[in-house]
Amino acid sequence: MATDSMVPPGESPEPFHEEVPDPRRRDFINIAAVSFAGVGAVAIVLPLINQMNPSADVLAQSTTEVDLSKVEPGQAIVTTFRKQPLFVRNLTPKEIADADAVSLSTLRDPQTLEQRTKPGKKNWLITLGVCTHLGCVPLGAREGENRGPFGGYFCPCHGSAYDTAARIRQGPAPKNLLVPDYKFDSDTAVTVGVAS
Amino acid sequence: MVRIISSLVGAAFVFVLAIALFGTVKTAITEPAKEGPEKVFHLHPEDIHLPSAGWFGKFDNRQIQRGFQVYKEVCSACHSLKYVAFRDLTKIGYSEAEVKAIANQWVIEQPTVNPETGEASTRKNVPSDHFPSPFANEVAARAANNNALPPDLSLMTKAREDGPNYVHALITGYRNPPAEMKREFPDFTTPKGLHYNPYFANLNIAMPPPLTQDGQVTYTDGTKATRDQMARDVAAFLTWTAEPNLEARHGAGLAAVIFLAIFIFLAWGAYQNVWRDVKH
Amino acid sequence: MSFPWAKHYEPKQPLMRWLDEKLPLPRLVYNAVGAGYPVPRNLNYFWNFGVLAGAALAMQIITGVVLAMHYAANAGVAFGSVESIMRDVNAGWFLRYAHANGASMFLAVVYIHIGRGLYYGSYKAPREMVWLLGVVIFLLMMATAFMGYVLPWGQMSFWGAQVITGFFSAIPLVGETIRVWLLGGFAPDNAALNRFFSLHYLLPFVIAGVIMLHIWALHIPGSNNPTGVEVKDEQDTVPFHPYYTAKDGFGLGVFLLIFALFIFFSPNLLGHPDNYIEANPLSTPAHIVPEWYFLPFYAILKSFTADFILPAKLWGVLAMFGSILLLFFLPWLDSSPVRSANYRPKYRIFLGILLADVLVLGYVGGAEPLPRNVIMGQIAAAYYFAHFLIILPWVARSERPRPLPNSITEAVLAKHGGTSLAHSAAQA
Repeated sequence: MATDSMVPPGESPEPFHEEVPDPRRRDFINIAAVSFAGVGAVAIVLPLINQMNPSADVLAQSTTEVDLSKVEPGQAIVTTFRKQPLFVRNLTPKEIADADAVSLSTLRDPQTLEQRTKPGKKNWLITLGVCTHLGCVPLGAREGENRGPFGGYFCPCHGSAYDTAARIRQGPAPKNLLVPDYKFDSDTAVTVGVAS
Repeated sequence: MVRIISSLVGAAFVFVLAIALFGTVKTAITEPAKEGPEKVFHLHPEDIHLPSAGWFGKFDNRQIQRGFQVYKEVCSACHSLKYVAFRDLTKIGYSEAEVKAIANQWVIEQPTVNPETGEASTRKNVPSDHFPSPFANEVAARAANNNALPPDLSLMTKAREDGPNYVHALITGYRNPPAEMKREFPDFTTPKGLHYNPYFANLNIAMPPPLTQDGQVTYTDGTKATRDQMARDVAAFLTWTAEPNLEARHGAGLAAVIFLAIFIFLAWGAYQNVWRDVKH
Repeated sequence: MSFPWAKHYEPKQPLMRWLDEKLPLPRLVYNAVGAGYPVPRNLNYFWNFGVLAGAALAMQIITGVVLAMHYAANAGVAFGSVESIMRDVNAGWFLRYAHANGASMFLAVVYIHIGRGLYYGSYKAPREMVWLLGVVIFLLMMATAFMGYVLPWGQMSFWGAQVITGFFSAIPLVGETIRVWLLGGFAPDNAALNRFFSLHYLLPFVIAGVIMLHIWALHIPGSNNPTGVEVKDEQDTVPFHPYYTAKDGFGLGVFLLIFALFIFFSPNLLGHPDNYIEANPLSTPAHIVPEWYFLPFYAILKSFTADFILPAKLWGVLAMFGSILLLFFLPWLDSSPVRSANYRPKYRIFLGILLADVLVLGYVGGAEPLPRNVIMGQIAAAYYFAHFLIILPWVARSERPRPLPNSITEAVLAKHGGTSLAHSAAQA
């Protein structure tokens, strides 16, 4: 930066040249001050961004406990997990067999029913009720709803059909219905939101 | 013209103020104001030097845990703590499991709806719950407390002048009215159901003395539970409930001040540098 | 803009040239606060406060917009939502304390800015419009600050709303109707809280707009300076950038340090404990006081205790509004051609008394209504009006100002020992 040109007329620029042998050392402090201000500005932006993250009270309610004792085979219940619908289904042996009969190579998002359930609890299919296409709630968890051509869930928004393991089989959705982290507290109680 | 109008307006205000001043002076002479007992006998709380006080104050978690115990065993019978959640207790050194147990064993349960019948019901507390109120509503609270409403304690130390010291002084300050009171204010009485306390704004408080004897609470850490100690501890606890982010605030403040001090130094240098050959 | 020697914006890069043709925004900034704005070279630190006020407004808007993402303007949950910000929202305590103390910082900076204008005669011709717009900004700030104080819905919020809307009930005949209209009810409640929130969000942007007019009006005659002598030629000025940007950077650092001390170490010092008690329409706090920045005006309101033709309450309200509105007439009340109080020996004394007077009013505004305090307040209020409406016009005519320097440069060089006087004269 040409500071000489900044000197107003009527002032002799000479003293500057006499006093300072190395003007670049003097400019250093300008650069340092401006850089420091930049660092400060970034530091102050962080809390402004962070405040939009979930607050402590929202995070505190990020687990859901589900009582399985009243869900008969062939039935499903809808509860909520992190303010989203959660489908808990007790699969019948036929539904399990249907799911196992599907060849993985035909699947858009290849996963076996074993991978989507807990060991020894193959009949308990716990998924989010959020279509992986654009977030609608698929039908099929409540009594009497259309379960679609593959007998699992069917999303009415754009026609995504899920099979009995809640895997995507037809329609625009790219992924299977998401299986959240959960663990069995007992044979009839599950905590959703914590890894097992 | 402006000057004439302004002088008239100014004179009008000054004249009305002169009349008012005359009235004030006259009243002050003919009926000198007398200070009431709540002025003369009111005491200011003494400083208890909590570790959280001052610019570099920090919480003493063991003390706050003791204070929490006092709240739990004494205060919570009448006073709510509605802005504090059980989960917040992890910040004063309880583990998640301990918090879960504390919430689960809390005597007062959370109001809820019976999922089968839809009737009003209660359930056990979980860590994400806020501390439940001991009374269903204000009417119930007043009915149970001689028509006085026990205030929520979450913000008490910020809602009173010199809060932490006030809490300690108030709890330990119950006594009989001094002998001079009878001489100076023969009309002063402590109505039935109220209690004399010189730290309370109007000297008569509805709350009965909450800490009546040493050892009312048995501390698990071996600290001797004198009345003074319990009052200090509960003051420390309520300082935390009112300002749980105090330590983070002091820490961030120190960093901010150091950063700004360096910035000011650099900015001053840049300022001198830019102006070095301009007299001003 | 105004001086023929002002530097011209000459973009060198093609992109900046293109932008300059289509939307000359960089040129506008360059001429407003860049090298294109020549500023008197002799400004002292009091001239930092205009930029500081702008910075304070920017910080209030940023923290305010962010807080509005978490605040709920409903009488049932407003207090709780503020507590949730303080406890649960990430960095919420910082944002809320910054906003609450930021209001005090903003008002403090603006009071010093106004005091600077009074001392150095910045309100006089040719800068009357700058001053008038400044008074408009001040009024908008007071309205914004008041409505913001209501939002946490504590005891002082509620009773402040009650008392301030009560001013309007002093108006004869229609007063009570106006009060009920303002509140949307018979006492402050949801309706009042919601409209206060809406307006509290809106007004800062209106303030920002008026600030632009304020700066525009300033750039026509250019900045005043401590001598009050107009700029005569190029050697009287320096370009705003880098000279005053560097100085303002330093000033901003000091301002932020003081601000940080409030936020982090005594965030509730300027607040009132009663505002940590949720609003209760059935119980008035023992001692209602406004925030510190309103105390002098509150003292004027309280000083009118006698009926005279009009009821005392109406006098108080008239006087309180009058005490601010009279500032609109200041450029014409003070007809002295000399601007700076440095060269006005009598005015300077009275201005000193006014400063002490406003401090006394501030004390009385927050003090208990003991006879001693009321008497002090009444005398101080009388001086306030006498100062602006009677003494100022009289002083302007009767005093003999000290000799003014011929130019800003002469004053500067005289201060530095006067050795270069000949040099400067030769240049001129």
